[in-house]
Amino acid sequence: MSMESIYLAIPLSALIGSLIAGLFGGVIGRKGAHTVTIVGVAISCILSFVVLKHVAIDGNEFYGDIYTWAQIGDTKFAVGFMIDRLTSMMMVVVTFVSLMVHIYTIGYMEDDKHNWPEDSRCGDNSYQRFFSYISLFTFSMLMLVMANNFMQLFFGWEAVGLVSYLLIGFWSTRETAIFANMKAFLVNRVGDFGFLLGIAAIWTYTGSVDYREVFERLPAISHTTISILPDQEWLLVSVIAIGLFIGAMGKSAQVPLHVWLPDSMEGPTPISALIHAATMVTAGIFMVSRMSPIFEMSDTALSMVLIVGATTAFFMGLIGIVQNDIKRVIAYSTLSQLGYMTVALGASAYSAGVFHLMTHAFFKALLFLAAGSVIIAMHHEQDIRKMGGLKKYMPITYWTSLIGSLALIGFPFFSGFFSKDLIIESVHEANIYGAHYAYWMVLLGVFVTAFYSFRMFFLVFHGEERMDEHTKSHLHEPARVVTWPLIALAVPAVLSGYLLYPMVVGDFFKGAIFVNHEAHPAMEILKEEYHGIFSFVLHGLMAPPFWLAMAGLASAWYIYLKKPAIAQWGYDTLRPLYTLLDKKYFADEFNMAVFAGGAVGLGKALWALGDRFLIDGLVVNGSAKITGLFSSVVRHVQTGYLYHYAFSIILGVLAILSWLLFGAGRI
Amino acid sequence: MFDGYLLSVLIWLPIVGGVLTLFAGDKMGARPVALLVSILTFAISLLLWTGFNPEGYQLQFVEKLPWIETFKINYSLGVDGISMPLLLLNTFITVLIVVAGWEVIKNKPAQYMAAFLIMEGIINGVFAAQDAILFYVFFEAMLIPMFIVIGIWGGDNRIYATMKFFLYTFFGSVFMLVSLLYMYSQAGSFEIVDLHDVKLGLVPQMLIFLSFLIAFGVKVPMWPVHTWLPDAHVQAPTGGSVILAAVMLKIGGYGFLRFSLPMVPDGSRELAWLVILMSLTAVVYIGFIALVQKDMKKLVAYSSIAHMGFVTLGFFLIYPIIANTGSHEGSLMGLQGGMVQMVSHGFISGAMFLCIGVLYDRMHTREISAYGGVSNRMPWFAFFFVLFAMANTGLPGTSGFVGEFMVILSSFKANFWIAFLGATTLILGAAYTLWLVKRVIFGAVANDNVAALQDINKRETVILAALAVMVLALGLWPEPLVNVMNDSLVHVIEQAMASKLVN
Repeated sequence: MSMESIYLAIPLSALIGSLIAGLFGGVIGRKGAHTVTIVGVAISCILSFVVLKHVAIDGNEFYGDIYTWAQIGDTKFAVGFMIDRLTSMMMVVVTFVSLMVHIYTIGYMEDDKHNWPEDSRCGDNSYQRFFSYISLFTFSMLMLVMANNFMQLFFGWEAVGLVSYLLIGFWSTRETAIFANMKAFLVNRVGDFGFLLGIAAIWTYTGSVDYREVFERLPAISHTTISILPDQEWLLVSVIAIGLFIGAMGKSAQVPLHVWLPDSMEGPTPISALIHAATMVTAGIFMVSRMSPIFEMSDTALSMVLIVGATTAFFMGLIGIVQNDIKRVIAYSTLSQLGYMTVALGASAYSAGVFHLMTHAFFKALLFLAAGSVIIAMHHEQDIRKMGGLKKYMPITYWTSLIGSLALIGFPFFSGFFSKDLIIESVHEANIYGAHYAYWMVLLGVFVTAFYSFRMFFLVFHGEERMDEHTKSHLHEPARVVTWPLIALAVPAVLSGYLLYPMVVGDFFKGAIFVNHEAHPAMEILKEEYHGIFSFVLHGLMAPPFWLAMAGLASAWYIYLKKPAIAQWGYDTLRPLYTLLDKKYFADEFNMAVFAGGAVGLGKALWALGDRFLIDGLVVNGSAKITGLFSSVVRHVQTGYLYHYAFSIILGVLAILSWLLFGAGRI
Repeated sequence: MFDGYLLSVLIWLPIVGGVLTLFAGDKMGARPVALLVSILTFAISLLLWTGFNPEGYQLQFVEKLPWIETFKINYSLGVDGISMPLLLLNTFITVLIVVAGWEVIKNKPAQYMAAFLIMEGIINGVFAAQDAILFYVFFEAMLIPMFIVIGIWGGDNRIYATMKFFLYTFFGSVFMLVSLLYMYSQAGSFEIVDLHDVKLGLVPQMLIFLSFLIAFGVKVPMWPVHTWLPDAHVQAPTGGSVILAAVMLKIGGYGFLRFSLPMVPDGSRELAWLVILMSLTAVVYIGFIALVQKDMKKLVAYSSIAHMGFVTLGFFLIYPIIANTGSHEGSLMGLQGGMVQMVSHGFISGAMFLCIGVLYDRMHTREISAYGGVSNRMPWFAFFFVLFAMANTGLPGTSGFVGEFMVILSSFKANFWIAFLGATTLILGAAYTLWLVKRVIFGAVANDNVAALQDINKRETVILAALAVMVLALGLWPEPLVNVMNDSLVHVIEQAMASKLVN
């Protein structure tokens, strides 16, 4: 098989599985559906590893089109692939996590029929439909990361959004779910609005949407300015980069477009792991890294990236402390971690951001799937206040969760330690506007991360057993299809950090990611200071992030296991702060009142005033009325009496005669 | 086959077939006859596609016979890359309308089918006519069957709607007739190609442009002459709404390309800002209005107006692009986008109205609040509805994306703010469409009527599946369509840039 057909087979095998399971789910049944999709994604996954080897070890690359989507003048829109190290790494992460989630889903969705009302036919094939969706997602995500042009990037970008919409609202009879999925789609569309304008700007000034052509033509527009507001000249590349980044803010849930991600937890847990933690939400991070040649040209855009990311990293983490829903704690953790990745991008440490993307994909997918395992055991109870002491009932879930949590807080020797330390160090070395603020945010965020992570961990697995007797009597480790993916994900959650040397410090991403080292030397400084993994760990053990993490862990232990009274005391004394966090800074209330309410109000006003009153009321029906009025007057002339007509004929003849006699003569 | 008179066959076969359908009677014969005629017409129209040469802009399948020799009016037919796809759209949609009305129309089915077949022939005439008077005759004649369709098979308030529809469009076209007569006095011919070449002063050009703007603007319809459309849609039976949205609105857009831009390029240049302003208003203002509609058909009707805004926007970007960049480069993207949007909107709006028809046939209401949780009872219907809704929001991979994407790209070349306002459709279009989906399709079963719903039958599945295939095919591979239209649109750009001023 040639490499080209392997590239093609990777997304298509996922798509074919999805189509079969989706369209013929009723015919092939549950077993048929999960078999066909798992085989499809397994093929994608195996072939992705083949590609990774081909690219990363054998040093090959691929750049080419598959077919011409449309040719307009000189602009060619194509569907094609760009396979380099960044792509192949993403492909492996996406397909591997997806495969684990597929297998896990067999257990998680086993008795999904109970989640549907009796009278709903949606419950009939919901199992098959779910598999169809997650395979469709895998296809879309692969198209996104493999794209070699902006049109296809946008296709993948919106297609993953579509599947996310379908999956958040999967349990479509629940009002909260179908509100959440619409919200997710609309907020993402706000991001896509900026994204599309960015693409339009790129096309306008380079005449192409092909990555390679665009990058080649970038130097020519590096000093171009455009005037958007009168008398203001803005650097074109800044406008482009900010437009693209607004798209990333939507997809990667950065403040203020973060509001959809916590609500997306309405979807079944496997997709929270796959879409809303490991892969789709990191599309923004991937995209900015892929577009590094553009972002490197604009310090303005990088500063914006840095500040937005730092704000998300810290302030979203804070909310995680007060959440009681097991999935929502992890969701806010995801927001915060996405903030870390974004900060790395802003500091021009793209490789560190992508590295954290990878480690995070493993440990966060693990944490979500472990949470799902807990949820199954707890009979779909998600409130951590009603859990406790689960350790002895679910050892595999317990140990894998511990691995995931330690990786998340950046405990030494676990993957998150390496990737997070790199980000913090790189921000420390960054020199652009906002770097100082960002450094403090990500540093303090380490404490917050450790605190909320282990608050949840202790409340779920340790301490007193707060569930009711019925639940307790049924507590046990779920089936092997659930636990095996946990174990399989735990391995890279520990080990993937050791790829630090080749991926970040080495030249792994050379050619795929571009950094202007003279203007943004942070990564170069880090590379110079790197003296092997051992000294990196040693150095980390003496640095503030490690001690902050330990402090967070210890505080969580003390407050939630040793002296629960402190937690209560905290709620009471810090009531305003608690309310602020509990209400998520009132972002939802604000959006509902201003944007949703404003749009509907404006629509109503325009309809009543514009269409009904002005256009229809005054102009259309008005002119009809005037015509009617006029004709009702004129109608009196047509009486039907012959002598009236005769009389008017005589008058007419008289008038014409007098005009002929007196008027015409004078002309 | 049909060498030399293919277009005549496509015009007269459905008209004669319509008359035959009338005679076939309500009891048995009318439906099969109508189906046969519509399928036959569609099959024959495919010969246009296979026999079409995409190289060059010259008219193809030309026919010319003297009609009223005193005034040099000819029965002159021909198609280029612009009209051919629209003609095919018409023959395709008509088949679906016949199938859609199969069991549903109980009142005078023979006459119903006949009206649509006759309308099909007339609309084919509109797209094929190359003589301005012949065009005008077809353009006006089209109103009659539509008037009858709404007037007989329409809803409770159908008289108001038909009158509004008729007067609005008639009002618009009268001005066009005056302009055509004036140009005849200058050119000595009614042949459209001759009118393309006639020299005109700037003031006459601007007046003619405005008369065309009224005539075609009402048809599209553009803001602020759009208010007939929601009323007509709400009152029309499903088939009427489908042909109206899918095909008849396209005649307005077609008119701008065939008449306004080539005949009065200088007038177009002077007044392009007006069209662009009206188009952007359609996108933004109508988008907000669509959001608050309580009637499904009204919502989709307003959504149609907003989507057609991209058509007129794309067509007239050429002038601001020249003003901004000094070259016409990039304006082809706008024209292509506008044309693809027309074809795509034909599929998507047709599908949306058919979907609403499916619901209306079962529940006899179009009120959004009467529904909720339809997917629980009609999962396959929900599948199609969500697919078409996503196409309506311009999701990539569906046809709805292609045109909007191209027009937004092109409009950035003209002006940042045009692109900015145009791109708001990403948010507004998603908002009103998905909110509709949420309230109608998703949720728990809302009431006993919804609980009693039956999923789509085979006949309905075939119709919706056919449209779904088209929506996806055009979204995944627009190149065949783009390629067919390319040379004709390039020619329009040349015409639109060539000044015709007398001095």
